[in-house]
Amino acid sequence: MKGRVLVVDDDTALAEMLGIVLRGEGFEPSFVSDGDKALAAFRETKPDLVLLDLMLPGRDGIEVCRLIRAESGVPVVMLTAKTDTVDVVVGLESGADDYIVKPFKPKELVARIRARLRRSDEPAPEQLAIGDLVIDVAGHSVKRDGQSIALTPLEFDLLVALARKPWQVFTREVLLEQVWGYRHAADTRLVNVHVQRLRSKVERDPERPEIVVTVRGVGYKAGPS
Amino acid sequence: MFRNGSSRQRSDDGADGTAQREAGAAEGSKLGRLLRSGVLFSEGLLPEGATGPRAHPLVRFFVRWVRRPLLPVLRLWRRNIQLRVVAATLLMSLVVVLLLGIVVIGQVRNGLLDAKEKTAQSQASGGFAAAQEMADSAGSGRSGGSSSGAHAGVGSQNTGTWLNNLVEQLASGGQGVYSVVALGSSSGDSPFIDNGSATAARGPRASGDIRPEESIPSNLRKALDEEPGTHQRYARVYRQDGGSTAGLVIGKRLNDGRGGAYQLYYVFPFTLEEESLNLVKGTLATAGVFVAVLFGAIAWLVVRQVVTPVRMAAGISERLAAGRLQERMKVTGEDDIARLGESFNKMAQNLQLKIQQLEELSRMQRRFVSDVSHELRTPLTTVRMAADLIHEAREDFDPATARSAELLLGQLDRFESLLGDLLEISRFDAGAANLEADPIDLRDVVRRVVEGCEPLAERYGSRLLVCGDERPVVAEADSRRVERVLRNLVDNAIEHGEGRDIVVRLASGGGAVAVAVRDYGVGLKRNQVDRVFNRFWRADPARARTTGGTGLGLSIAVEDARLHGGWLQAWGEPGGGSQFRLTLPSTAGDTLRSSPLSLEPADSSRRRGLSASSAARSGTASARRDPKSLSAGGDTSGSRAERAADGGAVTAEPDDGATTALLPEDGAEGTGGGVRSAEGAVKGEGSDGS
Repeated sequence: MKGRVLVVDDDTALAEMLGIVLRGEGFEPSFVSDGDKALAAFRETKPDLVLLDLMLPGRDGIEVCRLIRAESGVPVVMLTAKTDTVDVVVGLESGADDYIVKPFKPKELVARIRARLRRSDEPAPEQLAIGDLVIDVAGHSVKRDGQSIALTPLEFDLLVALARKPWQVFTREVLLEQVWGYRHAADTRLVNVHVQRLRSKVERDPERPEIVVTVRGVGYKAGPS
Repeated sequence: MFRNGSSRQRSDDGADGTAQREAGAAEGSKLGRLLRSGVLFSEGLLPEGATGPRAHPLVRFFVRWVRRPLLPVLRLWRRNIQLRVVAATLLMSLVVVLLLGIVVIGQVRNGLLDAKEKTAQSQASGGFAAAQEMADSAGSGRSGGSSSGAHAGVGSQNTGTWLNNLVEQLASGGQGVYSVVALGSSSGDSPFIDNGSATAARGPRASGDIRPEESIPSNLRKALDEEPGTHQRYARVYRQDGGSTAGLVIGKRLNDGRGGAYQLYYVFPFTLEEESLNLVKGTLATAGVFVAVLFGAIAWLVVRQVVTPVRMAAGISERLAAGRLQERMKVTGEDDIARLGESFNKMAQNLQLKIQQLEELSRMQRRFVSDVSHELRTPLTTVRMAADLIHEAREDFDPATARSAELLLGQLDRFESLLGDLLEISRFDAGAANLEADPIDLRDVVRRVVEGCEPLAERYGSRLLVCGDERPVVAEADSRRVERVLRNLVDNAIEHGEGRDIVVRLASGGGAVAVAVRDYGVGLKRNQVDRVFNRFWRADPARARTTGGTGLGLSIAVEDARLHGGWLQAWGEPGGGSQFRLTLPSTAGDTLRSSPLSLEPADSSRRRGLSASSAARSGTASARRDPKSLSAGGDTSGSRAERAADGGAVTAEPDDGATTALLPEDGAEGTGGGVRSAEGAVKGEGSDGS
């Protein structure tokens, strides 16, 4: 399984330990310890996934995340020591797909990384419609009236998950499991933030969503096509 | 001729009737005049006096009728000090002006009347003298002629003419200042009246246009008849055209030339005086109104000077209270108001400084917590991963090293959770915790918790039972926090449950939802119940620690409950197990009043003891407090005693006799544990809740 992982962390011991674990799991890690150099390293190594520490010298992790997201949809998993809502939400809103709170277990980390990389393994030819959007699952494209909308892989997965079963209301927990690969219920803020970001891209009016509809007290479902 | 003293005295005595009829209640003429003037004046301005008492119920009705639409005005009146002061000033200055007016007018009136009286008396006495003279001369001229009865008709005719002439003559000097009236004397020997002579001779004669009969008061005529001399009365003078004025009547009984008596009156109407008085009244009223209004305006200005800064201070302190700490009063000058403003500003300044310091402190603490968190967590992550790696490879090690790796990992877990709990607590302490309430079904949370705790329960040999999950139990709550609380409670129950069943009850109702976790383990003593939520508190320090809790779990749970506006309470009895109850408001932000589940379980030894002994006696104290029976989920029986528990007054001992007597067998049958007494069967409202 391919898996180039760029580790952006200033703590050398942790970076080295991460390297040991990742290599043990068959990934190819590369390292950068400075926020200012992160983007250059990203362009150079073209990783399949970025592990990004939130607190970095130079540019902080949020800024780095924003820059990476500006030019690529590569999954970004943030490493954070902060569990406060504000920190987490700011991190997610900057474009991270997932976050993992220190201290974490190696298995947990690997599971998250695999979950982020998994989707690209099995492209099946499939056409879906949700609202006035047309989704080409294999071609990884979302189009409205022939105009394609750029989504990150995570946002794409979220949209596909909803579109595959338009009759079903997805609880946040179910979405966490299906899209993020969490086995146990975790932080539902993750879902909220990503739904907001997805809406800002696919909805005509994000204030009155028609594609991803909130079912109050339960979760989300796909809007009528 | 004119005997001032005595006549005045007499006239005063006899004046009562007239004075009362005309002016209200007057005793002496001066007082009467004063009052009359007062009443006259007040008639124009104040509808008081005679009209007052009669209008009283009417006024009350009026007030009631007027009150309703006036309520906003009344509110303004209560709230606006400026309005009140101005109104009070207006009212008071009006009263002062009124009193002043009454006094001044009384003075003027007295002065006018005194002067009038004097001139009137001198004129009248002059007139009387002249009349007497004429009578004397006429009498001597005629004395030789007609004295016989045959001439009586002619004589009276003559007397009539003579009287006419006399009246005209006397009145000619009056020129409207006075009129002269001549009347027949009522005493027998009068030429007017005797032997039924013609009306022309006996009729009253009057100069000017006054009506003599009405204008001359009867008591004056009587006085004239009874006593010789000059008499005077104040009386109302009626004119021929129907009008009337107040006036002075001076009369004297005189004899005509032939010895017949007749009454001659000088009538002085106060036309001019009343005009002058009215002028004075008008001037005074105008001046008074002006003065009152002026006073009101002055009061308004003065009060405004004081009230404006006070209002400003009130407005600014309101804004300060609303959190706009940079608000300040404008200070000009050095007077008291300026001092108020200065000290107010100083206060605001200090307040702002203190608040900023506290905010800074709080921010620093939060920052510190956050930094410590990061600084500690990064190396811990490395250690953790390394330990995991070593642990994975422990089969390759010798047994001692392998066991070390296991211990290392286990203690790392504990260290991690301790760190996590510490950070959580300090977040609560810093006020940095915030609630993310969504409508959640507590059954889902309970299901997850029970699933998560199943392995631990199995290890202890306990079964986890859930009651009351037939219907949804929905509340606006932070599922992450609620789950943490419940997991903690269930963990504790398993740990202290001694392998017996754990029952989780759910219920909703009365604007609240509740989850109670019941165990039948060692239980809690009364004093332990109060301390169970303390940080790092352990029920029994000597007890072996097996699950490796941090000692902060229940403290965090209490904080979580409090963040929801909910309660976390404990109940326990030694040997009878314990129950922890989490109550949350159904709607975030609501205030809890009751819990749908009782804190003391229905199968507590006390309750079973009570129901076994005398159900009638037992429940009363608490049943009175909570007549309504809350039922949802599995527990309908227990809502009575919990009110007592919530109130903090739990009655374990009062029912002692029967309870303790019955306890042993009940306890044995239920729990199998040695229930000794009911003394621990006590509420435990932690530090939270009401």
